Amino acid sequence: MSVRRLVPGLGPDSFEFTPENQEWAQKQIAKYPAGRQQSAVIPLLDQAQRQMDGWLPEAAVRYVADYLDMPYIRVYEVATFYTMFNLKPVGKVHVQVCGTTPCWLRGAEDLKEVCRRKMGVDKDQGPSEDGTYSWTEMECLGACVNAPMIQVDDETYEDLTVERFEALLDELAKDKSAPKTGPQIDRQFSAPAGGPTVLKKGDA
Amino acid sequence: MLRDEDRIFTNLYGFESPGLDAARTRGDWTGTGDLIGKGRDWIIDEMKASGLRGRGGAGFPTGLKWSFMPKEVSDRPHYLVVNADESEPGTCKDRDIMRHDPHKLIEGCLVAGFAMQAHAAYIYVRGEFIKERYALQAAIDEAYEAGLLGPDACGSGWAMDVYVHHGAGAYICGEETALLESLEGKKGQPRLKPPFPANAGLYGCPTTVNNVESIAVAPTILRRGATWFADLGKANNTGTKIFCISGHVNNPCNVEEEMGIPLKELIEKHAGGVRGGWDNLLAIIPGGSSVPMLPKDICDTITMDFDALKDAQSGLGTAAVIVMDKSTDLVAAIARLAYFYKHESCGQCTPCREGTGWMWRVMERLAVGEAEVEEIDMLLDVTKQVEGHTICALGDAAAWPIQGLIRHFRPEIEARIERRKAGQPVLTAAE
Repeated sequence: MSVRRLVPGLGPDSFEFTPENQEWAQKQIAKYPAGRQQSAVIPLLDQAQRQMDGWLPEAAVRYVADYLDMPYIRVYEVATFYTMFNLKPVGKVHVQVCGTTPCWLRGAEDLKEVCRRKMGVDKDQGPSEDGTYSWTEMECLGACVNAPMIQVDDETYEDLTVERFEALLDELAKDKSAPKTGPQIDRQFSAPAGGPTVLKKGDA
Repeated sequence: MLRDEDRIFTNLYGFESPGLDAARTRGDWTGTGDLIGKGRDWIIDEMKASGLRGRGGAGFPTGLKWSFMPKEVSDRPHYLVVNADESEPGTCKDRDIMRHDPHKLIEGCLVAGFAMQAHAAYIYVRGEFIKERYALQAAIDEAYEAGLLGPDACGSGWAMDVYVHHGAGAYICGEETALLESLEGKKGQPRLKPPFPANAGLYGCPTTVNNVESIAVAPTILRRGATWFADLGKANNTGTKIFCISGHVNNPCNVEEEMGIPLKELIEKHAGGVRGGWDNLLAIIPGGSSVPMLPKDICDTITMDFDALKDAQSGLGTAAVIVMDKSTDLVAAIARLAYFYKHESCGQCTPCREGTGWMWRVMERLAVGEAEVEEIDMLLDVTKQVEGHTICALGDAAAWPIQGLIRHFRPEIEARIERRKAGQPVLTAAE
C-alpha cells in the first residue's frame, strides 16, 4: 500500500474556497441524497487542490471536513489514501509519468531519466530549483495503446519519444496551453498509426 | 473478421463528433422509449438471451446480474452504479467510449436503470480521466436538454437521473464494493460479501455495479435483438468486445472485434503484427495485468474468449493484450507489475498488504539473479498463501502474474541465479 502523510506545519494556516468554488461545491453536494454530502469529499478535495495550484495543505483538509460536516480524521484518511492528492507543493509544471508495464515496455524508463536530467530532481522530491518542474511516477494512467505517456494537469501527452518529451517540457514551461495534447505522432487517438483497419467508409 | 455493420462502437476513434446529433445519426437514442415500453422483464430476458458477459474482467452474465435486484422497491431506492474506474494496466477502452461515444453509455444507463427500477445512476470515473469526465458530463447535459433524461426520460414516464462522480487515483476502487465505499466518501477498501450490493450496496440500498462497456452495448443489443448478438462470437462467449493491444506491436491500438478471434489474427490484422515479426514474440499477457502470461506456443493458436483463455490457465479479463517480444526482460516486466500491486493494495487484509511488498522485493532480486533457486518455490508458495485469502481479488491479481511467469519461464529465472553465482552477466543479449 502507499503510505502517505501530511507534512506537519507545511502550508497556510487557513484555507477557504473562493466564492466561485463555494458555488461549485454546492452543485456537487446536490448530486447526492440529502444527508449524504460526504460523497462529495473527493471532488471537493480535488477542487481545493486546484485552488492551491496543485497541492493539498492540512488547512484545506480541515476546511473540507468542516464544509461537509465530517470528522477531520475521515477526510485525512481520504486525502492520504488517494494518490492524486499531492501532500506537498509541486512545480508549475507537475509531470506525472506513467511507469507501469505497458508504458515500461515502450520506454517509460527513458522518460523518467529525462525528468531527472532536465529537472535536476528525482521523483517526489519536490519542485526543481527554480520552481518550474516537479515530477512523479504514476501507476497505469489508462492510455496503454498510446504508450509511453505523461499527464500534466487535465491533459495527456501520448506516444512520446525522448526527443519529443524533452521539447515538450520546454514548451510546457513557457506556456502550458501551447503544446498539442494527446498523441504526439501522426495518429487519431487510439486508432493504429497509419489509419484504422476497420470502419474505413469513404476512403476505400 | 467482424463486419463493420456489426460493430457497436462506430465512433471509437473519434473521427465524428461525440455530440447528440452525431450520436443520433449513429443510431443512439432511436426508439429508446419503445424499448422501455416493452417492460423490464423483456429487457432482462433479452440481455440474458444475448449471452452478454460483463466486460469489466470477471465475465459474469449481465442479464443475470440485473435480475438479482429485488423485484419490489421497498423504502430503500435502487441504484445503478457504472464502473468507469478503468485502471487495469493495459486497458484503455472505456476511455474511448466516454470521450467519443458517451451517448451509448448514457442511453444504457436509462434502459439498465429502468430494468432494475433505479431512478438514479452514478458513473464513477477514475480521477485521472479528467477530459473524459468533462466529455461525459457534456453529453449528459445534452441528454437532459433533449428530454432523454429527467422526470420523463424519452417520454417513457420513467424518471432517470445520471450523475458523474470521480475518484482520485486508487486502482482498488475498480473493485465494486471499494468503489461503493469511495462513492460514499470513504477510503476505497472493499467490503466483506455477503451482503452483496444487490441487497445492500450504495448507502445500504439495492445496487448493481456494471462496467462501462457492458452498459454501453445494452441499447444496441436491445434494438438489434439478442439473437444478433448471440450469433456473434462463440457459444457462452458471445458478441463483440473492444480489445486494447499494447506493448511490442508495430501499431498499438484499440479495436472492436468478435469474441473468440484468434489472438494471432487480432494482432496481425489490427496492430500491424509483433515488432520484428510473429517469430520475435516471447510472451503475451492476454487480459490486463492481472491474468497470467502465455508463452508464444500457446499464443500461436489461442482464441480470445473467456473459456479458451481459462482453459489455458489465464483469462480474458478486460481483453487488454500486452505483447512482449524477445527483447523483453520478462522477470523485470513482472517485477514492475508486482510493484504496481504493492502500490495499489488498500492495506486492509494482511496477506495482501504484507504479501504484495514481499513478492515485489523478491521479484526485484530474481530479476538480477540475486537469490537462491529455492526462493522460486518459496515465492510460488507465498503467492498461493495470498491468493484466495483476502477480501477482494487484488490479492489474486497480484499472485497470478508471478505464477504465470514461474509456470512458463522458470528456467530463465534459474539461469539468472546460476549466471550470477558464476560471475557471468545476468542478462544475456536478446536472441
